[in-house]
Amino acid sequence: MSQSFDYRFSDPIPASAGVGLKAEHFAEIIDSRPSIGWFEIHAENYMGEGGPPHHYLTRIRDDYPLSVHGVGLSIGANGPLDKEHLAALKMVCERYEPALVSEHLAWSTHDGIYLNDLLPVPYNEETLGYVADHIDEVQEVLGRRILLENPSTYLEFEGSDMSEIEFLSGIVKRTGCGLLFDVNNVHVSATNHGYDAAGYIDAFPATHVGEIHLGGYSPDEGDDGEPLLIDSHGSAVSKAVWDLYTRAIGRCGPTPTLIEWDNDVPAWNMLLDEARRADRIIATQTSEHAVIV
Amino acid sequence: MLSLSETQTAFAAAVLDADRPVPAGITSYMRALPEKRFNVYRNNIYASLIDVLEGRFPVVARLVGEEFFRATAKAYVSNQPPVSPVLMRYGATFAAFLDGFEPVADLPYVGDVARLEWAWNAAYHAADAEAVSIDELSDVPADQADALQFTLHPSLHIVCSLWPIVTILAANSGEEEPEPIDASAGGEDALVVRPALSVEVRRLPDGGAAFIGSIARGATIGEAADVAIEASDGFDLQANLTGLIQSGAIAAIRMS
Repeated sequence: MSQSFDYRFSDPIPASAGVGLKAEHFAEIIDSRPSIGWFEIHAENYMGEGGPPHHYLTRIRDDYPLSVHGVGLSIGANGPLDKEHLAALKMVCERYEPALVSEHLAWSTHDGIYLNDLLPVPYNEETLGYVADHIDEVQEVLGRRILLENPSTYLEFEGSDMSEIEFLSGIVKRTGCGLLFDVNNVHVSATNHGYDAAGYIDAFPATHVGEIHLGGYSPDEGDDGEPLLIDSHGSAVSKAVWDLYTRAIGRCGPTPTLIEWDNDVPAWNMLLDEARRADRIIATQTSEHAVIV
Repeated sequence: MLSLSETQTAFAAAVLDADRPVPAGITSYMRALPEKRFNVYRNNIYASLIDVLEGRFPVVARLVGEEFFRATAKAYVSNQPPVSPVLMRYGATFAAFLDGFEPVADLPYVGDVARLEWAWNAAYHAADAEAVSIDELSDVPADQADALQFTLHPSLHIVCSLWPIVTILAANSGEEEPEPIDASAGGEDALVVRPALSVEVRRLPDGGAAFIGSIARGATIGEAADVAIEASDGFDLQANLTGLIQSGAIAAIRMS
């Protein structure tokens, strides 16, 4: 029997802060080899045949664990998954051997058109069936468990008859997938729909969380002047979200935590500062856990 | 209750078309059919795709001005939204769209400038290959050169134009305000190739495009030179061969 041990698969994402990898920072990361736990990429940015993206990612992957985050599978669509796109995701995973793979509870493709956003779904049994079947298919093709991310949403559906947490829990039960707990999305959605974010954090199925996301939002107003937060990933993590994060880490324990900053990308050091702040919160919780034990 | 299929069909149609009402079944804790909330999705989709196009066609944007570019890109997104979530492939038909877009009719070169910027993007993401060095060509005995066949680099693209597109691209790629360019000064053919990490754009000499096109179709160097001379009296075989190799445009050399 041949030995099929692969070192890189045994190289997990540590329970510490990571940063979303942006092309603007490729050279600086390779030159300075910063002390950071891991990186996350958007899978779709590495679906070209060659060129600088693959060149730099290959070198960065040699030095750091990696998480692959898909944005285009349209898991919440009622139509079939795009087989070609799923195959492309599988290629990215085979090439870079990520320790985590995640996607969104959202849809973005309809009748062959790609609507470049993460669109919301009604929470009911019918949607749950589609989403669960799609996750089963993704996990079977990739040969691994994936994490599903709770969305930020701006509106609701009359056709919803369960809560987001009931829906996500149902998906986990049906498919065995894990959850990507986006704490900024919790704050955005709770504000946008008038519910209590802390209560959502407390009710979230914490034992299934494999990763946490933190990012920035921008404030806006709804139709009647009510607060409406936009999940823009273009600024620092807010005070409110850091507080919710502390609460989430208290429930989940030390968990790999990503700083997402995709638009108006800042200097590398600013991202690193955000990551250090997440690491300090994880460390506080770790020591509290230690005291309890 | 609406099925998921009905919900998404109505959502998709309305999210791309601001003239349609908010679809039935959409609500919020404040009111039913919340238009501002629905508009967040409309805006996210259009703004993000217009940003993609502005990043991909920066010289076209500079030539027409940012505000005009964004309006043009919006018309393109509405007319030809992406068909793949891999957005590095979006914009392949933007040049053809500009050719037929009446508001830019007085800037007849922008379509070809967009073709050149698209070729740059395609070369950037193309498969990697090592380019052959000039030494490999020097090793071939002179009397056998005509029988050689070249494999072109996978990132190579040729863009032919009746307008001076390489000059326009070069003049509008820097920080400074460019010197005025005489758009009617004559056409230029561009060679776009990425031999390593950087995409190179060069102006091809007379007959160069015909020569490379013929090589791409599998002709020997001798056959391709005949085609190039037919296309242009001024074709210089030695200069074209050396230029091609020095550009990193050749991935392999073999005897036919």
